[in-house]
Amino acid sequence: MHWINAVAIFIMIGSGWKIYNDDVILGWLHFPDSIVIGKWAQYGLQWHFFGMWIFVLNGLAYLTYGIATGRFRQKLFPVSLRDILSTVNDALHFRLAHDDLTHYNAVQKILYLGVMTIGVLIVISGLALWKPVQFSELAALFGSFQATRVVHFLCMTAIVGFLLVHISLALLVPQSLVAMVTGGPVVDEGSAHPAEAAAEAEATH
Amino acid sequence: MSIRTRTPSIFRPRNTVDQGVLTQNRALLDDINRRNVLRGAISLGALSLLTGCDVSEDDSVQKVLRTVSAWNDRVQATIFRPHHLAPTYSASQVVKPPRFNAYYDIEDVKPIDGATWKLELAGRIDNKQPWTAQQIYQLPEQEIIIKHICVEGWDYIGQWSGPNLRDFLQRVGADLTAKYVYFICNDDYTESIDMATALHPQTILATKYAGDVLADPFGYPLRLRTSTKLGYKNAKWIKAIEVTNDFRETFWSKQGFNWFAGI
Repeated sequence: MHWINAVAIFIMIGSGWKIYNDDVILGWLHFPDSIVIGKWAQYGLQWHFFGMWIFVLNGLAYLTYGIATGRFRQKLFPVSLRDILSTVNDALHFRLAHDDLTHYNAVQKILYLGVMTIGVLIVISGLALWKPVQFSELAALFGSFQATRVVHFLCMTAIVGFLLVHISLALLVPQSLVAMVTGGPVVDEGSAHPAEAAAEAEATH
Repeated sequence: MSIRTRTPSIFRPRNTVDQGVLTQNRALLDDINRRNVLRGAISLGALSLLTGCDVSEDDSVQKVLRTVSAWNDRVQATIFRPHHLAPTYSASQVVKPPRFNAYYDIEDVKPIDGATWKLELAGRIDNKQPWTAQQIYQLPEQEIIIKHICVEGWDYIGQWSGPNLRDFLQRVGADLTAKYVYFICNDDYTESIDMATALHPQTILATKYAGDVLADPFGYPLRLRTSTKLGYKNAKWIKAIEVTNDFRETFWSKQGFNWFAGI
């Protein structure tokens, strides 16, 4: 699901930049032709309205799976302010632990939850842009059509920002990439928690 | 290495793959260091930049993208709400003059002589008698103050008036069960809309903008204005209307823009 999403996001951002270029929101910001998807406006639009199905269907499957199996609850919650501060502190002292890739630190939890929320918002604002009349009740939540464009654009900016951090950090910890391809490290079925596993190990010695 | 219990996953088999292969190929795995990964990623990026290719125009890619676009037409027709009205605005919000848009510049507009112009009717219509501008002006007028939304992303509020298209089609005895209403324009532009949109209460044949007869660049003497389509579906300088069951590609859809273009 992650890699399908990666392809969908790539298509949506590249073609979205092409569509944006036709009527820019920020006067100084045009995306160079070399990094947009689609040589002409219609190709950008075709890619965007093709990619949206992959992004939305895959996203719905992912959210349903994460919620139904309890994966999100287990991996992303709870997240407390104290954990965040301690993670930031660890990071600033270059002692972030990467030995257990199956465990997310507090900053990871916040970022993953945040980007998922942005993912939902970018779809909702996208629907309001695509169908401001058919879904006029939804579009009204954003105020005007141009305000909806700005929300959609800011969501994109947030996702691009997330990706810059996400990809750089994944490259800095290459074993995470291996884990993403192989399905992750072997996990001992017997031990419920690392602390308990450690305690067991102590006891046997 | 501290390890947590695996998250229960319906996709991950309970009996995992033999991890021995990882130990056997330790040397190879160690070789996948970050420098190589970075170097690889950078060259991949460089390669895609160097080729500078755009696959969109490739025939097989176009076939897929246009198939999805046609599928999107059907989705849009399904979610279309025939009686749901678009938001309307007050006269004080109207932009004057309206924003010009066409496939050429405003200086290249070829004005129509209203005295000799006639609206031709064709297809599944009982009374195909052509209409003069004067005859059309005598029909009951409907005024709508709606947003014009362009596929490029800009929009403005406009005040349009003229005969309601459903009323006009009924008046000339058109087959309202036909699938499409097709417009042929004086500048060789073509456009067509689905019948549900043609019968929508906010679809009119506009003859006026902000109370005055349309100016030349905005479609004088007759143009379409519907609240449920993107700007380019609103044909200007209409010279013929055909009611038909045959789907025909139109000016922009031939070039790859979405045909339904509903909003």
